[in-house]
Amino acid sequence: MDSETVERLLRLSALELDEDARARLVRDLGRIVALIDEMQSVDTEGVEPLAHPLDAVQPLRPDRADPKVDRAMLQQGAPATRDGLYLVPRVVE
Amino acid sequence: MSTEWESVIGLEVHVQLATESKIFSDAPVAAGGDPNSRACGVDLGLPGVLPVLNESALGMAVTFGLAVDGKIARECRFDRKNYFYPDLPKGYQISQLAEPVVSGGHLDIDLGDGRSRRIHLTRAHLEEDAGKSVHDAYAGLSGIDLNRAGTPLLEVVSEPELRSPHEAAQYFRALHSLVRALGISDGNLNEGSMRCDANVSIRPKGRKELGERTEIKNINSFRFVERALAFEIERQIGAVEAGGEVVRETRLYDAERDETRPMRGKETSEDYRYFPDPDLLPVVVTDAMLEQARARLPELPAAKRERYARDFALDDYACARLTGDPDLARYFEAVTATGVEPRQAANWVLGEVSAALNRDERDADDIPVPAEELGTLIARIDEGVISSTAARTLLATLWREGGDADAHIADSGLAQLNDDDELRRLAQEALQHHPDQADQYRAGKTKLLGFFVGQVMKASQGKANPRQVNELLRELLTGV
Repeated sequence: MDSETVERLLRLSALELDEDARARLVRDLGRIVALIDEMQSVDTEGVEPLAHPLDAVQPLRPDRADPKVDRAMLQQGAPATRDGLYLVPRVVE
Repeated sequence: MSTEWESVIGLEVHVQLATESKIFSDAPVAAGGDPNSRACGVDLGLPGVLPVLNESALGMAVTFGLAVDGKIARECRFDRKNYFYPDLPKGYQISQLAEPVVSGGHLDIDLGDGRSRRIHLTRAHLEEDAGKSVHDAYAGLSGIDLNRAGTPLLEVVSEPELRSPHEAAQYFRALHSLVRALGISDGNLNEGSMRCDANVSIRPKGRKELGERTEIKNINSFRFVERALAFEIERQIGAVEAGGEVVRETRLYDAERDETRPMRGKETSEDYRYFPDPDLLPVVVTDAMLEQARARLPELPAAKRERYARDFALDDYACARLTGDPDLARYFEAVTATGVEPRQAANWVLGEVSAALNRDERDADDIPVPAEELGTLIARIDEGVISSTAARTLLATLWREGGDADAHIADSGLAQLNDDDELRRLAQEALQHHPDQADQYRAGKTKLLGFFVGQVMKASQGKANPRQVNELLRELLTGV
């Protein structure tokens, strides 16, 4: 785990860490990567990739709309709303 | 010698599927409405919710796959495409990367003059739409409306086989006709039901390798696809010929200035870190679903075109125009069902009717003149009751006021003048008023017949039957 990789991962995850936390993360990630390397040494020749651990298929939902959306209730958890919109720090287009 | 360039274009078109409810939730899909009045907990990405796939969205994707002769995956999966933007509340978009529902297939595009070209499709996959941001209303803040979040989209990706902006526009048109004929999308371009991203590069003609490409985002009209690509190709050629190079980037088309420019504030490199969505199980397309979709396939535009050419003896242009819009085709068929000659029906539908639709900015499902009345109008021309000039006036009246074609003919004196004596009198008058021209005609300048026909038509206020006038004049002039 070099610092350049960690830098990139932090940016992609939108995380900001101080020096201590960053050092801990580099150590932890190094151990995780080592674990994955070890797993990858297993011979998986001819084994189907597993996309989901459950032996089941996706149930489908009939295309029926429920028009009752309780916006007031849903917006209780939002830090800021106005005119029905959720407000966030300005995003530059 | 200067290099001859060719362009290589591939389109990714997002088709909004015409479902009642969202792709993974039961919130309604509709345009407009109060902000966030159609965004439920699943669309908001609240903790603890689970997406459940909409059966119709899957069925529509299967229908599309059958129509383009693609391969339907009997088992497909959903992946998460990760990126941060406030109108994407979960921090990822549910999409399909590794195992799309449809792979391959093709679409035939019309190149005019009866020529067509087969464009191959890479894939078509299901995904959810994001919400919308409102940037200008609040100081320092953006407003987020998630009504559109979770709207089902079918992203149709073409192979980079399109060779010109015109071909790209024709491909977009063909796809538009197809999804409307299939009834899987309303195809409303103004409301964003079909949005297109275009990948384009240039290379010296004859070279195999592709040049570096740019992507133009979010184009929502046939005309803009053509114009944006034309601009971008010129720009790339200009850059390379000036000794520069094409930089891989995403650009936006500005219709007002008719130019493309790089998107601002773009991340250095896109890395979506796709991985299988653990919230969704593998999706299985059953035999029953395939059969159901196959049974529901309507006549496709290509088949309809062949039928029109065969049964109605229409030229390529008329076939393409009529079958390009299912509503226009339906109207045309209703007019021919009244028993009028199909080619005449096509002329009226593609001529006067289409012009009036354009002028009034109406769609073909909203033609104010019933097909039966247009049928009557055409029949009356055929019977010699009205002239084609009078018929155009009559159509305008029907368009404006509605009502019955025959009643309008009776009320407004549009009926053609077929009375032999009256016509003979008008013809004689015309000869008397223009003795010089009459002499010239007799001296062999027979082209002047048209001049006299014009005089008679004018004197009769356009009501004279032109065929009869021709015969009468010829008879009077040659003194038989």
